[in-house]
Amino acid sequence: MLFLLYILLLSLCHRAPAIRLPSNNSKTPFLLRSKASRDSETMATKEDVQDPRIPKIASSIRVIPDFPKPGIMFQDITTLLLDTEAFKDTIDIFVERYKGKGISVVAGVEARGFIFGPPIALAIGAKFVPLRKPKKLPGKVISEEYSLEYGTDKIEMHVGAVEPGERAIIIDDLIATGGTLAAAIRLLERVGVTIAECACVIELPVLKGREKLGETPLFILVTSDAA
Amino acid sequence: MSRNKQEEDPRINGIKTKIRVVPDFPKKGIMFQDITTVLLDPKAFKDTIDLFVERYRDKNISVVAGIEARGFLFGPPIALAIGAKFVPLRKPKKLPGETIFEEYELEYGNDRLEMHVGAVEAGDRALVVDDLIATGGTLCAAINLLERVGAEVVECACVIELPELKGRQRLKGKPLCMLVEYR
Repeated sequence: MLFLLYILLLSLCHRAPAIRLPSNNSKTPFLLRSKASRDSETMATKEDVQDPRIPKIASSIRVIPDFPKPGIMFQDITTLLLDTEAFKDTIDIFVERYKGKGISVVAGVEARGFIFGPPIALAIGAKFVPLRKPKKLPGKVISEEYSLEYGTDKIEMHVGAVEPGERAIIIDDLIATGGTLAAAIRLLERVGVTIAECACVIELPVLKGREKLGETPLFILVTSDAA
Repeated sequence: MSRNKQEEDPRINGIKTKIRVVPDFPKKGIMFQDITTVLLDPKAFKDTIDLFVERYRDKNISVVAGIEARGFLFGPPIALAIGAKFVPLRKPKKLPGETIFEEYELEYGNDRLEMHVGAVEAGDRALVVDDLIATGGTLCAAINLLERVGAEVVECACVIELPELKGRQRLKGKPLCMLVEYR
């Protein structure tokens, strides 16, 4: 019964029909609208299945108004990192989801993806691959451009870090417009890697980042209407 | 000042062989110590973390401060394993809340390291983590930031030391633990 509920909610939330990761875990955590959001919650349905660890994680995230510029409500995860239980729970939820699923690569987007990615990689026995801003990685790199509000930016990965046929997850602290994650997906797919899922702590659904990810599913712990 | 190198541990050699040296990066003459190849080897990465965790788990460390960005790769796993909070020390303008900063010297000019106000409290026992110690300038700035808010810096921990740059002498008397030397 719980499994059927999971499938229903997954198809509602992911839009992409394919379920990439079979889950044995009937306690698969689901979305909780962040209490940190200034705007009132709108769409928490009665069917939302909540991992009991999620509320504490959500409440440990600090919202900073007008950073980096006026009008933006910045989701600050550094306060989550100060809460040892919330940080551990965050990692545990991701590890429970990805352990034993044939994931050999955890790719983390600089810099906050570096905080969450390595603990997950270590716990599931995968390698960690940093995806970095230009000119940070020594040695030979491949790069992928993506659009910003004004102009473009690039992310880079070491040549040879991953091999064709590997299965990867991509980690960042937050998905906003989805530009960076979409670039990360393209970068890994160019070298023959399959992305099983993108995983973020926070989503800002109003920015529709999920739509940029194409067929790649997105897993998140907390959503915020603040954007 | 004690020299804390895990000389006997058989895991050290495995880690050392995974570090890739990239010549002339970021500029000519520099032999860059690339730890990304350690991260590609789950056993070597795990061993690196385990060695630090074994050293610090019973030392009542309440804060692990990691220096952006490669300190973020090693600091959080250590913090999680020993039950300490993780505090990122960042380049200017990255941290969103109220910050304090410490300036330090580069070869040409200065740079700054920032920390969030309130992240660390007086009386916290802190570990500072980075992938590598070269001149020790960044680590010294990190120690200063932590001491200014009343924390006690117990030790600095780095995967790699470049001993010829004498960074160890710039740590305000704090001990350094490293795993691999590169001469």
